Amino acid sequence: MYSQALNTKDTAAADASPDADRFQARIDAEERIEPNDWMPEAYRRTLIRQISQHAHSEVVGMLPEGNWITRAPSLRRKAALLAKVQDEGGHGLYLYSAAETLGVSREELTDQLLSGRAKYSSIFNYPTLSWADIGTIGWLVDGAAIMNQIPLCRCSFGPYARAMIRVCREESFHQRQGYEIMLTLCRGTPEQKAMAQDALNRWWWPCLMMFGPPDTESAHSDTSMRWKIKRFTNDALRQKFVDATVPQGQFLGLTFPDPELRLDEASGHWQFGTIDWDEFRRVLAGNGPCNRDRLTARQKAHAEGAWVRDAALAHAAKQQRKAA
Amino acid sequence: MATTSITIDETPRIRSFLALADDALILGHRTSEWTGHAPTLEEELALANIALDLIGQARALYQATGYAEDALAYLRDPPQFRNALIAELPNGDFAFTIARLFLVSAASDLFWRGAMGATDPDLAAIAAKAEKETAYHVRHAAEWLIRLGDGTDESHRRAQEALDTLWPYTGEITASVDREAWLAVVAPILARATLAQPAESWMQAGGREGRHTEYLGHLLAEMQILPRSYPGAAW
Amino acid sequence: MAEGRTPLWEVFVRARNGLAHKHVGSVHAADAAMALQAARDVYTRRGEGLSLWVVPSNAIVASDPSDRGMLFEPTGSKIYRHPTFYEVPEDVGHM
Repeated sequence: MYSQALNTKDTAAADASPDADRFQARIDAEERIEPNDWMPEAYRRTLIRQISQHAHSEVVGMLPEGNWITRAPSLRRKAALLAKVQDEGGHGLYLYSAAETLGVSREELTDQLLSGRAKYSSIFNYPTLSWADIGTIGWLVDGAAIMNQIPLCRCSFGPYARAMIRVCREESFHQRQGYEIMLTLCRGTPEQKAMAQDALNRWWWPCLMMFGPPDTESAHSDTSMRWKIKRFTNDALRQKFVDATVPQGQFLGLTFPDPELRLDEASGHWQFGTIDWDEFRRVLAGNGPCNRDRLTARQKAHAEGAWVRDAALAHAAKQQRKAA
Repeated sequence: MATTSITIDETPRIRSFLALADDALILGHRTSEWTGHAPTLEEELALANIALDLIGQARALYQATGYAEDALAYLRDPPQFRNALIAELPNGDFAFTIARLFLVSAASDLFWRGAMGATDPDLAAIAAKAEKETAYHVRHAAEWLIRLGDGTDESHRRAQEALDTLWPYTGEITASVDREAWLAVVAPILARATLAQPAESWMQAGGREGRHTEYLGHLLAEMQILPRSYPGAAW
Repeated sequence: MAEGRTPLWEVFVRARNGLAHKHVGSVHAADAAMALQAARDVYTRRGEGLSLWVVPSNAIVASDPSDRGMLFEPTGSKIYRHPTFYEVPEDVGHM
């Protein structure tokens, strides 16, 4: 579903070797880098970190929405939600595959997630409290994801770009699914409309945080831009998202929980209030409402699956011995 | 206080469609509970595919009764559900889930194959689609059961326990097919899995008449909460 | 006991008859039969294919990118292999 601009400090050493110059020239010429090509170590590290964070986000992202699969209010909604959450698992898998081309294994990456060393998008540390949250996640969280992921289809690293093309193609229904839920609620009973408004109130600001810290605070972003891993800054994407989303919310008849939100006629952009970056840092640091639950759920699934994975390997080994 | 429950005029045709649909819905629902918690990411996707197939089958069958699919799924009380008891048992561990999926799918597949030639055109059309889906469920569950049975001591123990627990619930699912034909599908897989086939003895029953286990009420309470809490609302 | 590594398989899908199998990604599975099922469940959920191949990732032998010049550049100068190298008067028609 989403890779957050979480890029922690990794000041790429300004490598001045001839290899590095050739590498940068290829990037500048919009050539794609493939797994076996020479690449600066910092490029490899940045990609492994970003792709695996993205993969972890997809996998952890199954949990908040998965919370409503058994309570989806119609069979049509149940099938759509299950298919969507399944897609997120699939996207995690495509992304782990892309990361593995860089010489890191799925087991190592999983271990990084489960041990709490790896980060994932902060948005999934918020709870899904009503059915309207499912609509809101599709509409806003997937909407934000699309803003971020479309440019990643042109990322300089071939396997990541190819995985993102597949992800974007599959995700095209996710946001529509969410918006349709919101539309139905907003046209429904007063209780349903209140449910929708409450969900927007809770999710709006965390969604704006999904784009990561403001450009003034993310110096490392320059390197990612130079390497064409990233093509737009956090603030540029955030603005694009707000501009696209506000009219959609108005169509629903909902009120955004931001008294400062207003259209700037001169620029055509929606101006919004100040984001609570303390909350963002708090959630990233592990103190969001659901950080512990999310990680525990993944740890439990992994631990309880160990005997299953062992059994499959043991059977395969027996078959190989028989064949030998 | 007025109830939100609906009443159904259960003709024999509707009753037989409900039995099939409820089997698919309840097992699909149980399977969907694995989402986010499966032993591997690959298996997450496999189980979701199976759950989606089953929910799709349930919808097609409900629609063929002439009643609204959501009214049937969300506004009937436990005694109005016609599913076999085996479908509603909690998932247990992965061995239990796989063993149940295998035993149920093997029976469903036989049923759908026969129903492809049914005179009821709705049933024949649904069967043509469902048979292909169910054939894959049999394949997937069988491959896993073989690995769990043959894999490690622990996986063997869990698979055998699951099989022993489930066996008394298989009478209901083979009532509409030839049990010997079903055994002919099941036995070779159990043999490859090095699992002992439980003895044929007392079989649990009652699901088709609406006498369920304690588990179905909880499942439905969760599944039906929104339509029950907001009568008449559209979602 | 440290958990063993589940092997990696590369997945190739034939979208329809007449087309070649195309690489789409990878899956982890303990053996070939499970790898095929995983490939089916992961990569063909939207009617993407009619045929699947799975190949153990470690069975793929790849050319070294640093050999790219030696392997692939010499071919660039063999322009006589291409039809446009030859001049045929337009009056002759399509050839």
